[in-house]
Amino acid sequence: MHQLLKTEPCSMLLLGNEAIVRGALEAGVRVSAAYPGTPSSEIGNNLFQIHSECPELVYFEFSVNEKVAMEVAAAAAAAGLRSLTCMKHVGMNVASDAMMSLAYVGVGAGMVIVCADDPSIHSSQNEQDNRFYGKMSFLPILESSSPQEAKDLVKRAFELSEALELPVILRTTTRTAHVRGPVQLEALPDAPKGLGRFQKDARRWVLVPGTARLRRKVLLERFEQAGAISEGFEFNEIIGSGDVGIVASGVSRGYVWDALHDMDCTNQVSFLSLVMTHPLPEKTIVNFAQNKKMLLVVEELEPFLEEEIRGVLQKNGVTTPVYGKNGAYLPRMSEFNPAQVRAAIAKFLGHSLVQQGPLQLPDMPPLPMRPPALCKGCPHTETYNLIKEVVHDLGLNEDVLYPTDIGCYTLGVMPPIQMADYLICMGSSVGSSAGFSVSTHQKIISFIGDSTFFHSGVSSLINAVHQGHRFCLVILDNSTTAMTGHQPNPGIQYVPPEYKKTRVPIEQVVRGCGVQHVFKINPHKKDESLPVVREALSLNELVVIISESPCILYAKKVGGRR
Amino acid sequence: MKRMRLLFVGVGGQGTLLASRLLGEACIKEGIPVLLSEVHGMAQRGGVVESTVMLGGLKSPLISPGEADVLIGFEPLETLRAISYCNQNSVVITSLSPIVPNVVKLGAAQYPDVSSVFERIRSGVSGFYACDAEELATKAGSPKSVNVLLLGMLMGTGLVPVSLESMEETIKTQVKPKTVEANLKAFRTGVELVSGK
Ligand code: SF4
Repeated sequence: MHQLLKTEPCSMLLLGNEAIVRGALEAGVRVSAAYPGTPSSEIGNNLFQIHSECPELVYFEFSVNEKVAMEVAAAAAAAGLRSLTCMKHVGMNVASDAMMSLAYVGVGAGMVIVCADDPSIHSSQNEQDNRFYGKMSFLPILESSSPQEAKDLVKRAFELSEALELPVILRTTTRTAHVRGPVQLEALPDAPKGLGRFQKDARRWVLVPGTARLRRKVLLERFEQAGAISEGFEFNEIIGSGDVGIVASGVSRGYVWDALHDMDCTNQVSFLSLVMTHPLPEKTIVNFAQNKKMLLVVEELEPFLEEEIRGVLQKNGVTTPVYGKNGAYLPRMSEFNPAQVRAAIAKFLGHSLVQQGPLQLPDMPPLPMRPPALCKGCPHTETYNLIKEVVHDLGLNEDVLYPTDIGCYTLGVMPPIQMADYLICMGSSVGSSAGFSVSTHQKIISFIGDSTFFHSGVSSLINAVHQGHRFCLVILDNSTTAMTGHQPNPGIQYVPPEYKKTRVPIEQVVRGCGVQHVFKINPHKKDESLPVVREALSLNELVVIISESPCILYAKKVGGRR
Repeated sequence: MKRMRLLFVGVGGQGTLLASRLLGEACIKEGIPVLLSEVHGMAQRGGVVESTVMLGGLKSPLISPGEADVLIGFEPLETLRAISYCNQNSVVITSLSPIVPNVVKLGAAQYPDVSSVFERIRSGVSGFYACDAEELATKAGSPKSVNVLLLGMLMGTGLVPVSLESMEETIKTQVKPKTVEANLKAFRTGVELVSGK
């Protein structure tokens, strides 16, 4: 049995992401969907396994992208079933088209959107702060710190979502998603009976302009209600009664807490620990700030709370100065660490601080780096080498531009491969190749993985066919979404026996898009592949090479079954 | 209990995360407040893997430079890379079996002479324990139990208030059934190496 389905009450050591899944199960989630992305992936992985074990308990699918997943979860919630979707921060950019208007129609049963930000860019292409999506969409945001709190919050989020008839965003970060701590399990609900039913109401669910105007009004009213709930939100807490105030959210709450204890100054400070960070509890904040000499806001990334708080105080005529990202207390860039927050608080309180100095070791020899690398025997390496050889033979070396995409193969940017020249987001290999093909004479060879192709490459490929763009797209089909932990996608050939979904072969999709020149190679068969690649690269038209060979780690995992 | 910050560093595939998790599970058994942080995602592809175990009610998941009470290095080069997380009161436990990085294999860099640096570290910290973990783990039954052997060394220092029995119980229930024996042997080897018992 899956560990998250345990029924006897006990304490388990869970990852933040696992705790979120357990919370959703305890809340009776019925439908869930996601596209994987670090640091959110373990949520989908666990739901995928649980659904495979007990299909009637909870539905889960790895959708082709975050927007589709958002729509699947939204419809379930409209039909009266509690639903959940999760994504990494940049995934919300993809899903935001659905989310912005979903806020207008709202939900019937509760819906939770888990969004995992990645301060310090451990595994992403940018460091955006997704709390701004809450502001833009008027959806409430909750931010957890410990796994126990994450589990409790998911349950509370479903209730909140139903009270407001709005989806609720649970915002995590790498350090709350990938932290492990004890979690007290509570009862799971009885096995669900039957499905939901969608009650038709065109004046609510069909966003033509007239209805959209009505629904915008409703949304603004709901947002007011959310503000009232935020005032008394039981997870928000004021600790201590000192005459200076500190406000923090998410993992920063832990740093503040430890710093106050390390410096033994809990009695000097009043600490507002915020969990519901949007909408902010205005009255609470005014009352909190009124009798304080000054405030320090501790939050990772953008001064989201800081600017809101400054606005609220100004509106209410409170002149308490607010510090944080301004005045060089804390940086905007990167995640925090404990010493950094301790130093900021010491400066704020005017304490002198003796930090434990690191061990001094003069004459440390240079330490060779150990960047992540493609696995030994990875099919991507073979494909890169093949292309490199043909490019060299054709004398194109100087003139080739390699747009690339997101997956293990992005590591092709590193020596000795170094075949990655342009990358901005999922699917950008195809769209940017089109752009380069009309703006340069350079030869364009771009790379995209199978999962990324389904995620957001297909529509750009159709565009390229229609517009007559000329480039060579290499689809690296390794039969899995490897980098995030081997999730399935529609094209996969190698599957575990219990995986019974319909396969959508990439070659058929590519031909269906209208591409005339489609080639297929097995990168491990060099002698057969070289002439094919040579022919493909000699053409000055839109060409697709599908390089097909499973990820070796994944093949091991599924035992090479086909 | 006293608050304590432990930093585990290793290379993807060495079982660093399993080791920190085993310690976390044993702490739960003994009712010790514990919080762990782990690296997942891209770095696991043969890159550097770090995890922390925070004991005694700490709520911060990360450790700042100079603030690790114990550093457990699964690979000598990675121990050196993380040494700035230690201070003069820290305890360092390290494997001496190198895993050569790609840049070295490609001839673009040199694997450092670690022994002389380790001698200087030994005299600079409050405790230093090193062994050829891979050889000893292989002798105990499997080169894959380097992680549990180092966990044994940590337990041998007596710094962590978890009983050996709890730790062994945890190992029995958490590792693959086929590997229990080799892991327990490796664990005891590690304990004896440091405690002499
Ligand atoms: S996980 Fe698979 S696709 Fe990724 S580098 Fe390793 S073998 Fe290649």
